[in-house]
Amino acid sequence: MMFDHLPKPPLSRRQLIAFGLLGCGLPAFAQFRVEISGVGLTQMPIAIAPLRGEDASPQKISQIVMADLERSGRFVGVDTSGAQLDEASRPDLAQWRERKADALSVGSIGQLADGRWDTRFRLWDVVRGQDLSGQSYVVTRADLRLAAHHIADYIYEKLTGERGIFSTRIAYITKVGSRYSLWVADADGENAQSALSSPEPIISPAWSPSGSQLAYVSFESRKPVVYVHDIATGRRRLIANFRGSNSAPAWSPDGRTLAVTLSRDGGSQLYTISSSGGEPTRLMQSAGIDTEPTYASDGKIYFVSDRGGSPQIYRVPVGGGSPERVTFQGNYNISPSVSPDAQTLAYISRVGGAFKLHVMDLKSHTATALTDTSNDEHPSFAPNGKLIVYATRQQGKEMLMTTTVDGKIKARLAGQGGDIREPAWGPFTRQ
Amino acid sequence: MKYFQFNRMSLALVAAALVVGCSSGVKLNDAPVSDQGAASTNGSQSAVAPVDLNATQGTVQGPVGVARIIYFDFDSYTVKPEFQSVLDAHARFLKSHTATRVTLEGNTDERGGREYNLALGQKRADAVRRALGLLGVPESQMEAVSFGKEKPAVQGSSEDAYAKNRRVELTYH
Repeated sequence: MMFDHLPKPPLSRRQLIAFGLLGCGLPAFAQFRVEISGVGLTQMPIAIAPLRGEDASPQKISQIVMADLERSGRFVGVDTSGAQLDEASRPDLAQWRERKADALSVGSIGQLADGRWDTRFRLWDVVRGQDLSGQSYVVTRADLRLAAHHIADYIYEKLTGERGIFSTRIAYITKVGSRYSLWVADADGENAQSALSSPEPIISPAWSPSGSQLAYVSFESRKPVVYVHDIATGRRRLIANFRGSNSAPAWSPDGRTLAVTLSRDGGSQLYTISSSGGEPTRLMQSAGIDTEPTYASDGKIYFVSDRGGSPQIYRVPVGGGSPERVTFQGNYNISPSVSPDAQTLAYISRVGGAFKLHVMDLKSHTATALTDTSNDEHPSFAPNGKLIVYATRQQGKEMLMTTTVDGKIKARLAGQGGDIREPAWGPFTRQ
Repeated sequence: MKYFQFNRMSLALVAAALVVGCSSGVKLNDAPVSDQGAASTNGSQSAVAPVDLNATQGTVQGPVGVARIIYFDFDSYTVKPEFQSVLDAHARFLKSHTATRVTLEGNTDERGGREYNLALGQKRADAVRRALGLLGVPESQMEAVSFGKEKPAVQGSSEDAYAKNRRVELTYH
């Protein structure tokens, strides 16, 4: 059991965010928009003091950390004006108690002789007056945001007992004019870097378990073909370019195998193929469509099939065998994403002509709609299972949102112009 | 210098951790250690190398004066009788031009998921492939592929746009 380092503060010290206070009091630096709904939601007040030396650094580390924590819905920022502290300081915690902060983060940033940046911070439990320790990161300028996300992860884990996902990355596709691009961005949508740009569509990006490669479907040769792309080097290899359509790549948990949908033997059917390429092995045989495979930690592959007359989600043991139907409500359930603990299924269900993100408890089979939008697509679980990223459309524009699994806290991810779609949340990175 | 205020005792631990190959973050009370991350761009862990692709080639001519698009009804994957004469003309052309290849590109309207629509577009392309096969066109001259909802002929969310997007296009090579 990790924590409860912080004592439960009295209710009056916690903020009761009532429905209607949407995004109020968000700091101006936050480029995302956080919507909070649901009465009685508690958030921990936390002070993230500016790092000593931050004014001279290329990234405002404390602002990135605070924005991360607020986007999780679990924290609310406390005013830090006038604070001049670093990780070696012994802060006057009584003063921070007066400011109603339950926790305080202080630190420093400075450039080393070789040009890299040394970022340090220390976390204090203000209520108990305890030093919760800290970290130091020596990074290149390009990795300063990553260092800030690692700090946010550290704080989040210390104070909630759950692993943070702020240092993970999200891949997605944009369409701007007639140009399609595959991007890799920080989990807050910032720091987007283009991995691939093409005049033809790109869909279905999928992260390798190591987080170093993306599989996806590219139409660059005027048909759907599956590639695996090493994102640090830009090296690509063709994995499935068989007669007909090749699509829907999914990585096995050990990264050695991809499940794909191929039409080479007629119809859209599921196959497995080595992630270094080679001859595919047929997973199953059905008379209809089988597609959108995804590996889950329960040893099953979840997929979509219309074998029962309408598209529904099924699961089958990784080695093949007899499929079991998972969704029963409605006549259009697609795009399964299974939580890392295999307890929850996120998927898209058509309800009265609207396509809506749903989650299903896989034990009780209770399904819940999470959104008020009607063109939701392509959900993808964060590696800690606490958030889901998905694509949707508002005012005719495609965008990416994150939501908590209970649907109460949603944030729109920052991003460039044009249509944004097909999000895939990457795995945990090294700490 | 501030770097010397950290605990020397833990240097060995940090060195051991580095040998094991984990950790780019260092405990605050340990000596700061540099870690350039895995083999990646410019020593940065978060850098991404961009790849740019250029436009693909055009297509060569098929039969002159014959429609290249077969339209489908909503939620339908069978070729309507009104397109039989179009398919007859394409079949005649392919049988008399045996070196020519045709790609049958299935498409759907924009409603629903991208991958499921890709499978539905494939169903339409396969229906045209089977129809041409019945007219004597060898399989080796045809490839049925799908663009799903990715390449609509008409933008928009009207019933009219949907009807124009539910189609198979015949592209000659």
